[in-house]
Amino acid sequence: MLEVHSVSKYFGGLGALKEVDLRVNEGEFVGLIGPNGSGKTTLFNVLTGVLKPTSGKITFMGHDIIGLIPDKICHLGIARTFQIPRPFKTMSVVENVMLGVMFGGRYSTRSGEDARQEALRCLDNIGMKVTEATMPGELGVAGLRRLELGRALATRPKLLLLDEVISGLNAEEISEATSVLKRIKDEMGITIIWVEHIMGPLMNLVERVIVLDYGEVIAEGTTSEVSRDERVIEAYLGAE
Amino acid sequence: MKRLANLPTGILLFILLFVIIFPFAGLPLYFTHTIILIFIWGAVTTAWSYMGRFWMISLCHGAWVGIAAYITVLLFNFYHLSPWVGMWLGLLAVAIAAGVIGYACFRFGLVGHYFAVTTLVVTELVALVIIAFRDITEGRLGITVKPLGTAPLYFQFESKVPFYFMALGLLLLSLYIWRKIDQSKMQKALTAIEEDEVAAASIGINVVRNKTTVAVVSAVIAGMGGVVYAQYIMYLNPVTTIAIGASLAYVFMAIVGGMFTLWGPLIGAIIITGLQEYIRITFGTVLMGWAWVGYGFIIVVMIIFLPKGLYGTLIETLHKRRMQKAARESATP
Repeated sequence: MLEVHSVSKYFGGLGALKEVDLRVNEGEFVGLIGPNGSGKTTLFNVLTGVLKPTSGKITFMGHDIIGLIPDKICHLGIARTFQIPRPFKTMSVVENVMLGVMFGGRYSTRSGEDARQEALRCLDNIGMKVTEATMPGELGVAGLRRLELGRALATRPKLLLLDEVISGLNAEEISEATSVLKRIKDEMGITIIWVEHIMGPLMNLVERVIVLDYGEVIAEGTTSEVSRDERVIEAYLGAE
Repeated sequence: MKRLANLPTGILLFILLFVIIFPFAGLPLYFTHTIILIFIWGAVTTAWSYMGRFWMISLCHGAWVGIAAYITVLLFNFYHLSPWVGMWLGLLAVAIAAGVIGYACFRFGLVGHYFAVTTLVVTELVALVIIAFRDITEGRLGITVKPLGTAPLYFQFESKVPFYFMALGLLLLSLYIWRKIDQSKMQKALTAIEEDEVAAASIGINVVRNKTTVAVVSAVIAGMGGVVYAQYIMYLNPVTTIAIGASLAYVFMAIVGGMFTLWGPLIGAIIITGLQEYIRITFGTVLMGWAWVGYGFIIVVMIIFLPKGLYGTLIETLHKRRMQKAARESATP
């Protein structure tokens, strides 16, 4: 579904991504981990067209997506959440999600009532209880992260990129959020790449883990394989 | 807010009737003249606010007015091409210029002050080009439309009445487009873009296309204002119709009236044009220049104390009061 061939991204002399190769199959739930500054968010920005890679090739469902603008990539079926939630603050929560419904699909002509119903369904799907008048400013961290998720899902993606959707949440909120992610994957059949710092829930949920360090893929495999990998331990804990 | 942006239909019909009868009421011609100017500037300022309400502050609407007007007038003066035909070429030029400049700015993410400053440069550039080609444009002295008396086929009338209705038509067109944009999907897209371009793009909103489209529509309507103005006044001057002073006037009108409402820009045009004319007539010969200091002072005060404009603030206050009343009534059944 998604193939990344030796993608590099340099900011001046700093290599945020160096010759990254990775592949995600349809229906997979992949965890993307790595220490701070290892290039996870940069990779998301490259995948969604926010940043143009210095070199390399990315294909998504047969389309070469390098050089495409972010909205085109969204229309092809890649949606993302932001690490720091970026809601449209002047609009209600429902309106935020409605925008995803109205503009997300390539042939989206839905308007008004239709979009509102779909937005409400979408919020209901992810277990978010808000009234029509709830504004993003009234939400806590958990609510804002959930809104990010709802707005991204409203665009009807095939591939969902999650950037730290559970950080800053308490234990109860985390277990709620992870059950939502499970549902998105199992019931909606959406492929997910999940970036996270909190290892426990991630390791429980994902089928495969990719580890980035200093912009390079240093390990890849099932959760148990990766957690035994020496280079991973070294990257996280330092060499002996 | 949307409903409050509309006046009740009864009042609207009354105003419309009044406006239609007005030029035949036998009032001094000077009144009709001022009203025509208000209609034209009201139309241009409303067009300016298509963008302005999304915080795309254009300082080059004078340039769009001027480009359309100059092309129309030059084609007529040199090739005897009827302004009815020439104006379309002028408007086409405006559309292309606004499209190219808009695309360039939005593609490279120029927002806020940077966008405003870039458009300011465009305005000055257009004015300077016109001044530089003085063999054709007569430069700083300004150009006069060759008079033909009353020649409807050449967009010339000795009476003010045809201009009055053309300017009124243009104003209604401009207001109509404001409403159309307000009710469209584009309004939602632009609101999202104004808040957060990256987030908007991430959910499939085409940032550059939406912004460029609204910039071109806004510029073309401003260009139409320029054409009507040129044919009415029969004289164009690069400094007074294009350069920074002229371009800023639209911004002032929109701000003073209130740029987030349908009627705000028109009300701003009424206030500023009225103020300009009043000051010019009353103090113009007495206190030379000081009149404009007063004008500037009034604008500064209004911008500081009524940032949402006179009409915008009025609407907001009424809305708040209504909400309070409703709250009080529901609290005490």
